[in-house]
Amino acid sequence: METSEALPELASVPWRQPTDARWLRRWGRIWHAWTLLYSVPFVCAGVGMILLEPLAAPVAVAALAHAWIIPELYAFRGASVVRPKQPRAAAGEPVAQGLLGDLLGHEERELQRATGLVLEHGELGVWLLGEGGALLVAPTSRRVHCFCVSAVDRELPPSDRIAHLLLALRVDEEGFATVANHAFAGAPWRVARRLPRRMRPALEAARRAAG
Amino acid sequence: MARLIRMDQTGHTTLAEWTAQDDAAFELAGREFGEQQGLGYIGTVPDGPGKATHVRELPREADLVIMRRPIAGG
Repeated sequence: METSEALPELASVPWRQPTDARWLRRWGRIWHAWTLLYSVPFVCAGVGMILLEPLAAPVAVAALAHAWIIPELYAFRGASVVRPKQPRAAAGEPVAQGLLGDLLGHEERELQRATGLVLEHGELGVWLLGEGGALLVAPTSRRVHCFCVSAVDRELPPSDRIAHLLLALRVDEEGFATVANHAFAGAPWRVARRLPRRMRPALEAARRAAG
Repeated sequence: MARLIRMDQTGHTTLAEWTAQDDAAFELAGREFGEQQGLGYIGTVPDGPGKATHVRELPREADLVIMRRPIAGG
C-alpha cells in the first residue's frame, strides 16, 4: 500500500516555511509586539493630551478608544475563522454529523454537539476545528493562534467541512498548519470575547487541556 | 465489511464495499478509488484517535477509507 505522511495539499504552497512550534512562537511574539506598537502610542497620546490640556479630554478619549478598539478588531478577525458559515446542504447534515461523531471520542463528540467545535490534541497544542478555520491553543495556554482553512468544496454540510479539517490535521499536523492561513495570534481572553457565546466553553476546555 | 465512502453534499456516499477475501469486490473498489482520485478527491484512512493516513491506493486491510476534497487556506 502506498501511503504518505505529508499532507498532499502542501504541494500547492511550496513557498511557505513549515509551520512548526518555533514558527508559532516567533509569530506569537511578532503579533504581541505589533499589538503594543499600535496601541501604546494611542495610550500615550491620550494620557499626554489630558496632562497638557484637560480641555482636550474628548480627543484623548478618542485616542484611548482607538487603543482598545484596534486590538479588538484584530481579535474579531481571528475569532471569525471558526464562526458558523451560511447554512448549506442542510439535508446532508445529519449524515455528516454521524460520520464526524464516529471519528471522535465520547467527550469530544459531546463538546462538538454543544459548541460546534471539535477539540483535537496535537503536538503543537490543542486544536479547535470549525467549519472554516481552526484555533490552536499553544502549550501553557497563554496564546491562541487563529487559522483560516477550509475544504475547497463550499457546498458540503457543516460537519463534513469539519471532518475534512480533522482528517487533514490527523494526517500531518505541521502540514495542516502550513497550508492554513495564519490570521491572528493573541491572548485567549481576547479571542474568547469575540467568539459566539455557544463556542466559548470549547475554548475554555482547550485552555484546560493545553495546561 | 470494509467501505469506501466519499464525503459530499449528501453527508457521505458509500462508493464500494469489500472483504479481504473477495478479490472481485476489492478490484471494483480499487477502480472506484482511482476514479475518485481522478476527480480530485484524496484518500484517507482513519487510524483511530488522533491519527489518519493519506493513501494513494486502496488498502485491502482497511475497514474504512474516506475520500475527501483538498483543503486550502481561506
